[in-house]
Amino acid sequence: MRRFFPLSFVLAAGVAATAGWADQIGNADTGAVLFGDCSGCHEVGAGAQNGIGPHLNGLFGRPAGGLDGYFYSSGLARMGGEGLVWDLTTLNAYIENPRALVSGTRMSFGGWEDPQERADVLAYLRRYSDDPANIPEAAPTARVSEVDLAPDILAIQGDPAYGEYLASDCKTCHQQDGSDAGIPSITRWPVEDFVVAMHAYKQKLRPHPVMQMQAGRLSDEEIAALAAYFKDLE
Amino acid sequence: MTINRRRFIGTAVAGSAALSAPMVMADGHAKPRVVVVGGGAGGATAARYVAKDSEGAIDVTLIEPSRAYYTCFFSNLYIGGFQEMASLGHSYGTLASAYGINVVHDWATGVDRDAKTVALAGGGSVPYDRLILSPGIDFIDGSVEGWSQAAQTAMPHAYKGGTQAELLKAQVMAMPEGGTFAMVAPPNPYRCPPGPYERISMVAHLLKKTNPTAKILVADPKEKFSKMALFQEGWNDHYAGMIDWVGSDFGGADVSVRPDAMEVVIDGEVTKVDAANVIPAMKAGLIVERAGLTEGNWAPVVPATMQSRMDENIHILGDATSQGDMPKSGYSANSQAKVAAMAVRGALTGSRVFPAKFSNTCWSLIDANDGVKVGATYEATEEKIAKVDGFISETGESDDLRKATYEESLGWYAGITADMFG
Ligand SMILES: Cc1cc2nc3c(=O)[nH]c(=O)nc-3n(C[C@H](O)[C@H](O)[C@H](O)COP(=O)(O)OP(=O)(O)OC[C@H]3O[C@@H](n4cnc5c(N)ncnc54)[C@H](O)[C@@H]3O)c2cc1C
Repeated sequence: MRRFFPLSFVLAAGVAATAGWADQIGNADTGAVLFGDCSGCHEVGAGAQNGIGPHLNGLFGRPAGGLDGYFYSSGLARMGGEGLVWDLTTLNAYIENPRALVSGTRMSFGGWEDPQERADVLAYLRRYSDDPANIPEAAPTARVSEVDLAPDILAIQGDPAYGEYLASDCKTCHQQDGSDAGIPSITRWPVEDFVVAMHAYKQKLRPHPVMQMQAGRLSDEEIAALAAYFKDLE
Repeated sequence: MTINRRRFIGTAVAGSAALSAPMVMADGHAKPRVVVVGGGAGGATAARYVAKDSEGAIDVTLIEPSRAYYTCFFSNLYIGGFQEMASLGHSYGTLASAYGINVVHDWATGVDRDAKTVALAGGGSVPYDRLILSPGIDFIDGSVEGWSQAAQTAMPHAYKGGTQAELLKAQVMAMPEGGTFAMVAPPNPYRCPPGPYERISMVAHLLKKTNPTAKILVADPKEKFSKMALFQEGWNDHYAGMIDWVGSDFGGADVSVRPDAMEVVIDGEVTKVDAANVIPAMKAGLIVERAGLTEGNWAPVVPATMQSRMDENIHILGDATSQGDMPKSGYSANSQAKVAAMAVRGALTGSRVFPAKFSNTCWSLIDANDGVKVGATYEATEEKIAKVDGFISETGESDDLRKATYEESLGWYAGITADMFG
């Protein structure tokens, strides 16, 4: 289950080393206040129960979708099956943009843009995990967003006609009409979500060998072309 | 499909390019004509993509004898009881009604490459500007001593879609308690490298439930096979003591069968069996050979366009080709079809042509919720379709991952059949 985890962690570390992220762990007390945005759905601490969302005790080190007694979206359950484990890196990516990490999650939260806010909330949640061994106290390694993309990569205007040809390779598995049994839908994603997700596979941060391989051979322009094509697909 | 701005621009570009291209074809016919022989993984996909993307600018005819295509993929899951036969059948109705493809239910019996026509068994012939052949495989006579097509009722191959798989399953179900099932596995290269071993797994799954003391004997002319470590691990875990695999080092290549007596002879040793599955050596579908496009058993192609190396007006897809590193699979045929469709449109209407990209993934089911997969990406080089990168499931994976892999294969099946038949 965890066979992809060490790899993605090492790569994330490589990215982070050059990314210049703040190297302090977040402020848990500030995080406790920020958690007010989450507490409508999630409980944490003594006696926490599953509610609209799963409880968050023991979150670090838990496989995604891994809590017995909570009914997860198929998207989250699938990512868990494929080896997504919650740690500082993956949680940071998830609360930055939930849908970009887990297609089809039911968590209706837009995400925190500010890396400091994310770090603070995670520092708070960390208090309720018994064994946060995978969270180095002051390591820059654990402080990356899902992928660190240069603004000019996100700014590339994709060529939808090229995207249409490239997309024929995707459609062997991903159905154009948006059906998502067994394999997620990739139709009509916002361009940025699509680009970020593909780069996350390319950097082997997302745990799926077929997608890592497919994304691995695509150039930045080709990823932008696919995003431009799938954005308006009917 | 509505005409949005992007589509409008795309058509305008194609239109202006077409002005400078010869719009009037050789015999004065107004629209270029594409004829596709074989409505399987390669042919149905190619017909659909040419028709869909040319938006009426190309006349597409699909020649296929069957009214419904029964996929070989998932036929092993049917044997194992995980799929219904009815759900493996797909009609050509949408290709005709929604994509305007002229579907002709007949056999192609020959190709006149000078006149550029395809002869039909029912009489008459169909002219083409570009011909796409995707007829799948045929069996090599005499490759398993004692077996011929005449014996396929006693000892089915179940390696083409439809009734053969039903026959094989019925024979497995009818085995006496503690009886023996034998498989003669094929030599390389053949369609679906993991196919025989997924089949062994599914027969074992069925027998474990209905006839747990039954035995499975496999005679294999190869020393090793696709996903071997994964299958052997699964056979040990799920079907311990049931399967006896005899590879070439132990005489598995020295095999003959006696269909009348229901006997299989491996390395001189005669075994009486209750059901037998003989998968003979394979070659390209006969029509390719008749058209004079084979070298040895297969049809060599130009990787970038899937054109025959012997005739630039003919593209050949799927199992029938020799192209390099891609395995003969439905996924591969579907992938090659999209490259060919793009090349054909480029040649006939001047539409944009991009560098060829190919990929393949083959899922196999070992037992309930125990799925594995192998796959790779490929590119076109001068001499062959060359592998770029690949992956394979690992031994010892968690139950969750194996279950997710199986569920993914169901998604793939829905995806590829929608991609073939619309
Ligand atoms: C048991 C089994 C399991 C498999 N599992 C998988 C799997 O899980 N995944 C995967 O990707 N692949 C799988 N395959 C392989 C896959 O079925 C083939 O590789 C694929 O069908 C090849 O496509 P094709 O277009 O070359 O031929 P086909 O799909 O066989 O299509 C050929 C068509 O041409 C028609 N035809 C032949 N000759 C003529 C003629 N003269 N005139 C007109 N029509 C003609 C035939 O009727 C047929 O419909 C499996 C195969 C088997 C046997």
